[in-house]
Amino acid sequence: MNFVDMLVFGIYPYIVSVIFFAGCLLRYDRSQYSWKAGSSQMLTSKNFRLGSNLFHIGIIMIFAGHFAGLVIPYEVWTWLGIDLPTKQLIAMGVGGFFGVLCFIGMTILVHRRLFNPRVRASSSIMDTAILLLIYIQLLLGIASIFVSTGHMDGNEMKNLMSWSRYLLTFRPGEAIEFIGDVHWIYRAHVFWGVTLFALFPFSRLVHIWSVPVKYAKRNYQVVRQK
Amino acid sequence: MKVRAQIGMVLNLDKCIGCHTCSVTCKNVWTSREGMEYAWFNNVETKPGIGYPKEWENQDKWNGGWVRSKNGKLSPKQGGKARILANIFANPDLPEIDDYYEPFDFDYQHLHRAGESKHQPIARPRSLISGQRMEKIHWGPNWEEILGTEFSKRRKDKNFDQIQADIYGQFEKTFMMYLPRLCEHCLNPACVASCPSGAIYKREEDGIVLIDQDKCRGWRMCVSGCPYKKIYYNWKSGKSEKCIFCYPRIEAGQPTVCSETCVGRIRYLGVMLYDADKIAEAASVPNDKDLYQAQCDIFLDPFNPRVIEAAKKEGIPHNWLEAAQQSPVYKMAMEWKVALPLHPEYRTLPMVWYVPPLSPIQTAAEAGSVGMDGVIPDLKSLRIPIKYLANLLTAGEEKPVIRALERMLAMRSFKRSQQVDGVVDTEVLNQVGLEDWQVEEMYRYMALANYEDRFVIPTSHTAYAQNAYDMKSGCGFSFGDGCSSSGVDLFGGKGQSVRQVIPVDMKE
Repeated sequence: MNFVDMLVFGIYPYIVSVIFFAGCLLRYDRSQYSWKAGSSQMLTSKNFRLGSNLFHIGIIMIFAGHFAGLVIPYEVWTWLGIDLPTKQLIAMGVGGFFGVLCFIGMTILVHRRLFNPRVRASSSIMDTAILLLIYIQLLLGIASIFVSTGHMDGNEMKNLMSWSRYLLTFRPGEAIEFIGDVHWIYRAHVFWGVTLFALFPFSRLVHIWSVPVKYAKRNYQVVRQK
Repeated sequence: MKVRAQIGMVLNLDKCIGCHTCSVTCKNVWTSREGMEYAWFNNVETKPGIGYPKEWENQDKWNGGWVRSKNGKLSPKQGGKARILANIFANPDLPEIDDYYEPFDFDYQHLHRAGESKHQPIARPRSLISGQRMEKIHWGPNWEEILGTEFSKRRKDKNFDQIQADIYGQFEKTFMMYLPRLCEHCLNPACVASCPSGAIYKREEDGIVLIDQDKCRGWRMCVSGCPYKKIYYNWKSGKSEKCIFCYPRIEAGQPTVCSETCVGRIRYLGVMLYDADKIAEAASVPNDKDLYQAQCDIFLDPFNPRVIEAAKKEGIPHNWLEAAQQSPVYKMAMEWKVALPLHPEYRTLPMVWYVPPLSPIQTAAEAGSVGMDGVIPDLKSLRIPIKYLANLLTAGEEKPVIRALERMLAMRSFKRSQQVDGVVDTEVLNQVGLEDWQVEEMYRYMALANYEDRFVIPTSHTAYAQNAYDMKSGCGFSFGDGCSSSGVDLFGGKGQSVRQVIPVDMKE
């Protein structure tokens, strides 16, 4: 057993999930006033609609794709009649498509955040950092699609799926067996992705928890007593 | 009948001198903070003009307020729930900061630090957002002050609809009036309806519309939902903020800061009783021009025993009912019908009402350039076009505006003959359908405008609902963090603003 693998892919994800859940709960409980989307649209909306919509639609679809791939057991897909190579092809196609959408959107947003004087001056360090870190993660993810073209049998993907399956069922020892030999770009993508979860509670990403689903069912008017 | 009470406001535009004291005192108290420099919960605009933010009245551009669909249902003009949620990543109807103005301050430090030079050093404007030098200031909350800027730009004023506006650009034909604006604390608020988080709410007790700063997630849909553009996105905190009707003062029975400090004594505060069951019906009458009357119809007569009984059943305290009977707002809006709502066509049922301005008319009449209609000057040939006022206050319906103006003219005429000539001239009153005692009352409220007549504010009945002793040493006014009242506390603590003391039951 490789010590570094154990640390990075076996133990680190658990530490991160504690930070993630405890951090979100604590912030929600202690600091509601800081819980927000943090939009800077009103400072300058130039290119913002295009950038923000592409980014959000892209990243939501990518997130859904990762959930489908890493959390839903692959037996479900087999049962649905989707074998591994097909699944990999779908993942590469759909992921690639939304990855490109997201990339275009993020490029606009990153440019705006770094070079628009108003947006830049009103950004906190974390606002800029989290955007850049997601941008890097996106680039790693897109890069991994090119690596995947080298092996279309789906086995590499199955290794990664197995890693998450064993990790999610609290068997880190077995989990890291699957990730030791995959291409470094996947390993980097996984590490970076886990790290984003660690930063999640400390950034504006918390607004993801607040998707206003209740609004769809609510009355238009809200009346409260003092 | 579901009786509710609301503190409403009336502004007598006939007496507004455009001094901005209301705006400045409000600013000093509520919005002199980073992120809110550009926000004016109260601002005074000169009309005609496009205002602040630019063209706020043009709902073809900003999509504020409500629209009535063919089946009679109302939905926010910016779109129903599905469209609001679909636009959550980027709001297409959101004004930019440049539509308000880029907040700035002057580089005063330069005056201290500047070295010896041939010319006197000056303090130049710097953006309060980016800190950069601003070459030119482009807009502000009173940019068109006293008809500043050229007419071709002010011509875009939405109230010029159906008016041959261009003649009012000529020097001889020009006219102006002031319009102080604040949140309307609507009965059917479009901001509340647009808020995906459910953070904006109307208080049941006094009708004040507030944003829960803890629950606001900064989706910024309220900014575009409000047709008056009186919700401001705080770019620093990422939360929306709005006029709070100085609720800490109102609860203590004091007038709002803008009203208290108004040097022209144009502002009135008072209780209005209304039937909450009729709101939806009134807001969705088919014809825009009927909206003023529809809103009047949901107000309840505070002297009617049935209303009083129903109000008591709803738990409205006695002092509120008394205040409703003495309410200057009720008198002006309902009894004398001299106060009118601002843009009822937005269908929000606004609760800050305006007495249309008269002075320019009277001046012209005295100069003899105006035809007389009986003993009252013929309003149709006067300086401010009736249609303009009607577009502003009654969705284009001219009759209520004419009635209001004629009654004010009649009051002047009656008092002049009474005071100067010593004659009681009831002919002029008959023409406008007023009794002499009513005119005397109008004179007392509108001309003399004593403090205690202008502000009839019952103290909040918090004491009835809560044990005041429990709130001793509590949080007071807090800004989110700490003293949170969400009810759930991760560390098992209880909300800090209530002391758990079992009250002593007094028995006789």
